Amino acid sequence: MDMFTLFAVKLIQVLIIAQVMLLTVSYLVYFERKISAWAQSRVGPNRVGPAGLLQPFADVLKLLLKEDIMPEKANKLVHIIAPIIALFVAFTTYAVIPIGPDITLFGLNIPLSVAPEIDMGILYVLALTSIGVYAITFSGWSSGSKYSLLGGIRSSAQMISYEISMGFAIAGVLLMAGSTLPTKIVELQSGWMWNAIVQPIGFIVFVVSAFAETNRLPFDLPEAEPELVGGFHTEYSSMKFAGFFLAEYANMIIASALIVTLYLGGWQIPYIETLGWAPEIVIPLQIGAFAFKLGALLFFFIWVRWSLPRFRYDQLMDLGWKVMFPLSLINIVWVAAIIMIFGIK
Amino acid sequence: MAKKKRMKDLTLWERIYLPEVAKGLSITLQNMFRPAFTMEYPEVKFMPQGSYRGRPVLVLEEHGGERCVACGLCSRVCPALAIEIQAGETDREKERYPEKFEINMLRCIFCGLCEEVCPEEAIVMSKDYELAFTKREDAIYGKDKLLVPVAELQDRIEFLRSFK
Repeated sequence: MDMFTLFAVKLIQVLIIAQVMLLTVSYLVYFERKISAWAQSRVGPNRVGPAGLLQPFADVLKLLLKEDIMPEKANKLVHIIAPIIALFVAFTTYAVIPIGPDITLFGLNIPLSVAPEIDMGILYVLALTSIGVYAITFSGWSSGSKYSLLGGIRSSAQMISYEISMGFAIAGVLLMAGSTLPTKIVELQSGWMWNAIVQPIGFIVFVVSAFAETNRLPFDLPEAEPELVGGFHTEYSSMKFAGFFLAEYANMIIASALIVTLYLGGWQIPYIETLGWAPEIVIPLQIGAFAFKLGALLFFFIWVRWSLPRFRYDQLMDLGWKVMFPLSLINIVWVAAIIMIFGIK
Repeated sequence: MAKKKRMKDLTLWERIYLPEVAKGLSITLQNMFRPAFTMEYPEVKFMPQGSYRGRPVLVLEEHGGERCVACGLCSRVCPALAIEIQAGETDREKERYPEKFEINMLRCIFCGLCEEVCPEEAIVMSKDYELAFTKREDAIYGKDKLLVPVAELQDRIEFLRSFK
């Protein structure tokens, strides 16, 4: 593949993924409202379009038409940059996650991931999501409001404490695979050798940390409406607020995609290769399997949000340092023992 | 240092926390399959009982005259000073009638004192709750809007009589 075709293929992939992400994010907001309504025996948005399906577009239009307010005491540059960082992180992380096996189109071998050749693979995701903390901390600090500042401080403390257990949980996966390449991690989980089954402790630790990293309930202390008005985004309005809003949901998609890739076998359907079907049938099915797992996890994210109450700040720190951190260490020992007994695959 | 024990300490099973999370999740999941309680208002109208206190109206008798004798008690008792009456004279059997009867719906607090004090059962609370105006002047209801045929108010009148 020469430079130009490579560039063209990647550009098309990026465009498709960015569009699909934006659409998924907007409908995720719709489903968040619908599912919360169902959980509370309500109807949910049903006025705009059939069954309220055009609601996301109405929301975006409303946000676009709102006045963009800049607080008087804000640090203006940082105030504007913060949502941009949040969006940047949310939409670039997806590059390394494979949504299916390599496909052959027009004689070209195309891997179904924007940047499959990045050597650091999963580490790239970890690095970028860590930058995400800055978005929230900056927004909290630059708003010139005490509630925002409190939200920002909470979020930095929370994200740092959960990033450690998250990193150690991922270390278990990397030990197992012997590689940081997401494609390789997915391929090693063929059959029922899903990491969620092989290392359940790491799976639980990772899911809980993912909730904390995406600032979703029960770990949404940076927002904590009853105490902090809106937390870090109290002083944001119009499209700057929409930036944070979109980033939150995009982060949810990334966290779910990561869980699917690392622990739930990625695009693999167990034992589909024994059926002996043609790749033209199997590959769309596998991409569908990835989408299904992703959707199920997103539903789980929303479902948990509307079921569990928020943690208190000290409980959050207790859980992070005294429970999640030791558990992730135990997981590493567990994985090491498995590798010692069964040998590296 | 002696450790304080709570009245009811959590058991180990509860402290693992995950089973309790699963319990909570199952409750919300069950709820998702229950029918919604929502009444989709503009399409489906809420039909109140006789005990409902909607906007106060004047009773219009079957023969076409109002029941009100313009005694002014309702205006007197109204805590929000919403009612204004001017009495007039006629040659009918009831010699007094209200020449002007105005309720300022911006002031009315739907307390129902006017209906309670009325000796003639002439002013009662209706079931009408759809009150929206675009101008302040529209909020002052005159006799044209207040007079409602007695047949439509039977529910409320029966409800009131059950307490006398």
